[in-house]
Amino acid sequence: MPDRITASTAFVTIAVNGRTLRMPQGSTVAAAMLSSDSPCRSSESGEPRAPLCGMGICFECRAIINGVPHRRTCQIVCEEGMNVETQR
Amino acid sequence: MNSAFDIIVVGAGPAGLAAATASALKGKRVALLDENPHAGGQIWRAGVGETQPNGARARAIASFQASGAAMFAGRQVVDAGAAGDLKVWVDTNQALETFTFNQLIIATGARERFLPFPGWTIPGVFGAGGLQSLVRGGYDVRGKRVVVAGTGPLLLAVAAHLKQDGAKIVSINEQAPMSRLLKFGFGLLRHPEKLTQAAGIRAALAGVSYRTSSWAVEAEGRDKVTGVRLSDGSRTWTERCDLLACGFHLVPNIELAALLGCNINEGVVQVDSNQQTSLENIYSAGEPTGVAGVEAAMVQGKIAGLAAAESAREAAWLYRRRDSQVAFGHAMGRAFALRNELLNLAKPETVVCRCEDVRFAQLQTHATPGSWTHAKLQTRCGMGPCQGRVCGPALEAMFGWRNASIRPPLFPIPVAAMCSAPAQADETASHNPMETLQ
Repeated sequence: MPDRITASTAFVTIAVNGRTLRMPQGSTVAAAMLSSDSPCRSSESGEPRAPLCGMGICFECRAIINGVPHRRTCQIVCEEGMNVETQR
Repeated sequence: MNSAFDIIVVGAGPAGLAAATASALKGKRVALLDENPHAGGQIWRAGVGETQPNGARARAIASFQASGAAMFAGRQVVDAGAAGDLKVWVDTNQALETFTFNQLIIATGARERFLPFPGWTIPGVFGAGGLQSLVRGGYDVRGKRVVVAGTGPLLLAVAAHLKQDGAKIVSINEQAPMSRLLKFGFGLLRHPEKLTQAAGIRAALAGVSYRTSSWAVEAEGRDKVTGVRLSDGSRTWTERCDLLACGFHLVPNIELAALLGCNINEGVVQVDSNQQTSLENIYSAGEPTGVAGVEAAMVQGKIAGLAAAESAREAAWLYRRRDSQVAFGHAMGRAFALRNELLNLAKPETVVCRCEDVRFAQLQTHATPGSWTHAKLQTRCGMGPCQGRVCGPALEAMFGWRNASIRPPLFPIPVAAMCSAPAQADETASHNPMETLQ
């Protein structure tokens, strides 16, 4: 990725658990959550969970996007002003 | 508004792109559906800000765009009938659409196999391909220490890419023994294009430790991975890391074919020389018919696309190439067969089903005589949103259990959406391929 981020790279600003984050345009929400060290969800027994498969199969990356729960963050691209929260 | 197509192809990876292109060039009305926002599948997944797409991917997409087939991205098939209808979930609109087909080509690819081991649920443990996809999705791994473990040719490719992306590869740990890989290496000589690929990867990984007969036995850390315990069977040691990328080769995605009633044997969709399944109007190409890699997928896709477009005769010259690639895939499967030690890593408290937090001890009580159905009823194992896609292949490897029933919806969708009447897919809403495929 370092080679691909240049001066002309556009960024979008989103909020992850209240913290503002700038991500290169085209980044997935899962990438943003990983970058901010935020777990995506709490498991049935309360363990923090983060993405596993990166391809929409495992559902470990589910989080709340703009108030809607159970969104698979690895399949969704960051949009300006998006509000993302860990799903508890 | 018209959602009726002569041929629908599900999955826009190498097989699906080749199939849709071949069918459309024969004058058929073709739709290519994929759940991802872009075509290319997993292996050709585009990276954020990538300006020079992979050569083979760029060629496949250019041919597809010139063929006249329509691309529908962000579409996930949730139900299907062999009579010719598909129910499709559009996540961005949170709505269902209906498509109809005369012929269907299933090119749903494969997913990584995961095996449970202590600590594998700690944030920072990823699939091998999984971590690569997340990095392509914009996750910055510069300066991160990564241990790569598991099995299969993917480990080397993933390590090479992560290193290019600025990660520090601590070690690559391949569970298969060197003796078996050497046998596999000799097989490579018959496939020169694979040899150059392998050579390129080796150069990229100069200086990185590549161990065989070595595997992860435990990930350490509480809310974040801090290290991994590795073993070679006689001793164990710990390596500090920030991330663990661990995958165990691939599992074909056969759920759609199984739902339609296609014959499945040993976990793969059964096809004839024209890639036709046991159902006359349904074809399958690529990994669902047996994991064999990208070259096999492309040639199988072309054969399926021609055959579905009543031009099977024109595909005959491709059989030999396909058969040789498939043989290569089988050899790969044998070389990277799982060692027994990997099937006994879970401790009683280790989570096996991540969706429902079902632990190994709960499953052991159902292991003899045991069946997945029995375990499901008693523990909810495999009944969460992934529908057993992660724990299923693990349970099969560990206990020999196989998921017997595939039922709609193939992926969970909101209950309200299931109850509402699906809209006809609006072809004007089909993304312009020129936009979608970039």
